[in-house]
Amino acid sequence: MMLEVKDLHVKVEGKNILKGLTLTINAGEVHAIMGPNGAGKSTLSAVIAGKDGYEVTQGSITFEGQDVLEMEVEERAQAGLLLGFQYPVEIPGVKNIYLLKAALNAQREARGESEIPAPEFMKLVKEKLAQMKMDASFLQRAVNEGFSGGEKKRNEILQMLVLQPKLAMLDEIDSGLDIDAMRVVADGVNSLRDEKRAILLVTHYQRLLDYIVPDRVHVLVDGRIAKSGDAELAKELESRGYDWVVEESAA
Amino acid sequence: MSEVNSEVTTFLARLEERSAARRAAQGAEPTWIAARRQAGAARFEALGFPTRRDEAWKYTDVRAIARGDFALSDSAEFSPASAAAITLPIEAHRLTFVDGVFSAALSDLGELPGGVAVLPLSQALADNHEAVGGPLGRLTGVEFSPFSALNTAFMEEGAVVRLAPGSVVEKPILLQFLSRANAAPVMSHPRILVEAGARSQATLIEHHVGESEAANFTNLVAELMLDRGAILTHYKLQEAPLADLHVASIHVEQNRDSRYTSFNLNLGGGLVRNDLIGELNGEGAEANFYGLFYGQGRQHIDNHTLANHNAPRTFSNENYKGILDDRARGVFNGKVVVKRDSQKIEGFQSNANLLLSDRAEIDAKPELEIYADDVKCSHGTTTGQLDEEAVYALRTRGIDEQTARGLLTLAFAGEVMELVDLDAISERVELAVAGKLPERFNLAGLVEAAVALHDE
Repeated sequence: MMLEVKDLHVKVEGKNILKGLTLTINAGEVHAIMGPNGAGKSTLSAVIAGKDGYEVTQGSITFEGQDVLEMEVEERAQAGLLLGFQYPVEIPGVKNIYLLKAALNAQREARGESEIPAPEFMKLVKEKLAQMKMDASFLQRAVNEGFSGGEKKRNEILQMLVLQPKLAMLDEIDSGLDIDAMRVVADGVNSLRDEKRAILLVTHYQRLLDYIVPDRVHVLVDGRIAKSGDAELAKELESRGYDWVVEESAA
Repeated sequence: MSEVNSEVTTFLARLEERSAARRAAQGAEPTWIAARRQAGAARFEALGFPTRRDEAWKYTDVRAIARGDFALSDSAEFSPASAAAITLPIEAHRLTFVDGVFSAALSDLGELPGGVAVLPLSQALADNHEAVGGPLGRLTGVEFSPFSALNTAFMEEGAVVRLAPGSVVEKPILLQFLSRANAAPVMSHPRILVEAGARSQATLIEHHVGESEAANFTNLVAELMLDRGAILTHYKLQEAPLADLHVASIHVEQNRDSRYTSFNLNLGGGLVRNDLIGELNGEGAEANFYGLFYGQGRQHIDNHTLANHNAPRTFSNENYKGILDDRARGVFNGKVVVKRDSQKIEGFQSNANLLLSDRAEIDAKPELEIYADDVKCSHGTTTGQLDEEAVYALRTRGIDEQTARGLLTLAFAGEVMELVDLDAISERVELAVAGKLPERFNLAGLVEAAVALHDE
C-alpha cells in the first residue's frame, strides 16, 4: 500500500470540506478523482501536499507507512509525494534550471546521496525537455514567469519527469489545454506509469482520461467518495453527468 | 551649556588635541590645509549635528554619533591573518587603512600601469601638497553637511588615485577600511580623491569591514572626478561591524562622455548614511547608481542619492533594492534634477524594498525636479514582502524553507546583483542575504552546459 487516506475530515476557513474521505492507492495504480465543482477535489491533493489553511479535524494520511500530516511540506516532496498545480505559481527571478537542480539535489540529499554531477544533470534535463517538447530557453527563464497556460502545465510535468515522484498528484492538469498540449502532457504523465509509482489525477472532465486511462475512478460528492469504479465509470459520468451519483449518494 | 553645544564641544576638543599633537610632531601644516580645517571647524560649530528637524535627516537619528566621544587612532596594528580572513580574496592594487590610519604592512600596490598613481593621502601631501590642494575639497566643501565640515576639520589620511589620460588599470584598485574592536571607540575621517583623466578606465573597490565587536565612527568623504570619456566603476562594499557608525559623502563630477557606475552595497553598520551625488556636467555623460542594502537586527541604513543633469544629453539610471529583516530600518531618497535647458536627458530611477519582518521599516522617497521640457524621466518605488505562494511552491518541490526564502530574497536582489562583475563581491552579498551560500556557484558549469545545449 502506498497511500492510505482514512476517514479524512478537513475544514477550510471554518467550513467542512472533506467529511470522511477514505482512499487507498497502491503502487502501479492510476487513480482519478472526479466530481462536481465544490465537492472538495482539490482539497484532497492540497492537504496531502501540505498547503496552509487546511485544518484536518479527523482521520489520517499515511504514505509508505509514514504519517504524512506530521511531515513538513518539503519532507513530503523529498519522500516522493509531488503535487502538480492547477495554477502553477510564478516565481520571478528564480530560473527554471535552478529550481530543477535545487529540487533534485534536495531529494538526493534527503536520501543520503551526493549532488548530481552537472553533465549528468544536463543530460537528464535535456532528455526530459525534448519529451515535453519544450525549448532549452525555458531553462533560463524564471519559473512560470510570462509562460502561457499550456507552458505552465508542461513545466509542471517537466518537474515531475526530472524529480520522478513515487506518487504524482496532478490537480486539474488538463484545464486550459488545447488538444496538442493535452497530448504532450498526457504522454508525459503516461511515461511516469510504472509498477513502483502511482498517479492521482484530479479532474472535472473525462476528456483527460481518454489519454491517461485510470485503473480506478472515484466520484467525490460532498466531501466523501460516493462511488468508485474503473475507467468505464468516467465514461458514464461523461454521458450522464454527476447528478445521478449525487442522488444515489443522498438516497 | 546646552546639550547640543556640549556634543559639538566634545568633537572640537578632540580636534584641538589633535592639532596640538600634530604641531608638536610635524610643525606647521601648509596654510591651505590649516585654513580649511579652520573653515570646517567653524562650519561644524555653527551647524552642530543634524537633527530630525532637518529635512535631509528626517528619518535618520545621528545622536549615537553626536553623543559619542571618539578618540583618534594612531596605530594601524592589525594581524595579517585576521585581515586576510575578512578582506576580499582578489588580485588587486590594495591600500589598507586601520581605524583610518594607513597600514603599509597590509597594503600591496603591485605593479601599476604607467601614468597611474595610487597612494595614501599623507604621502601625496608629503610629496606635493599643492597638487592635492587644488582638487581636494572642490566637490565636497564644508557647506555640504555638518559631517563634511567635520571631515574637513579632521582630514589626515585616505587614498589618492590619479589616472593619466588614456590609462587603463586592469586589476581593481581596492581601498580597505578596517575597523578594530578597541577598548574605547575611535573615529576616522578618511578622504578618497580620484582624478580620472580623459579616456582612462578603472575599477575602484571601497571595502569597509572589521572585527565584529568594533564600535567605531567612520566619516568618509569621497570625491571622484571623471574627465572626458573616463570610465570608472565604483564598488562600495560596506560590511562594517554591526555597532559601527558609518557616514559617507560621495561626490562625482562627470565631464563629457564619461561613464560612472556605482554599486553601493550595504550589509553592515549599525547606523549608516550614504550621500551619493552625481554632477553630470558634459554631454554624453552617463551615471549608473545601483544599490543594495540589507539590514537586520536594529540596523539603520540610509541612502540619499542625487543626480544633477547639468548638461543636455546626459543619462542617469538608478536601481536600488532594499531588504530589511527584524527591526531594521531603511531610508531611500533618490532625487533627479534636470537643470534649465538640459534637453534630451534621460533619467530613470527605480527603488524596490522587501520587508522580511513585520517590524522592519522603510521610508522611501523618489523625487524629480525638471526644469527642461524635452526629457525622458521615470521613477517608482515599491515595497512588499516575500510571496508566500512562491515559498510554498518551492517547498512542494522539496526545497527547504530557509533555502526557499533565501532563493526568493536573492531573486529580489537579482536585478542589481546580476550586474556585479566581481564574484568575490556577489558571493559576500549573496551569503549575507540568503543566509547560506546557495547553489549558484555550482551553477556556472550548468549555465555553460545549457548554452551548449542551446547551440546544438
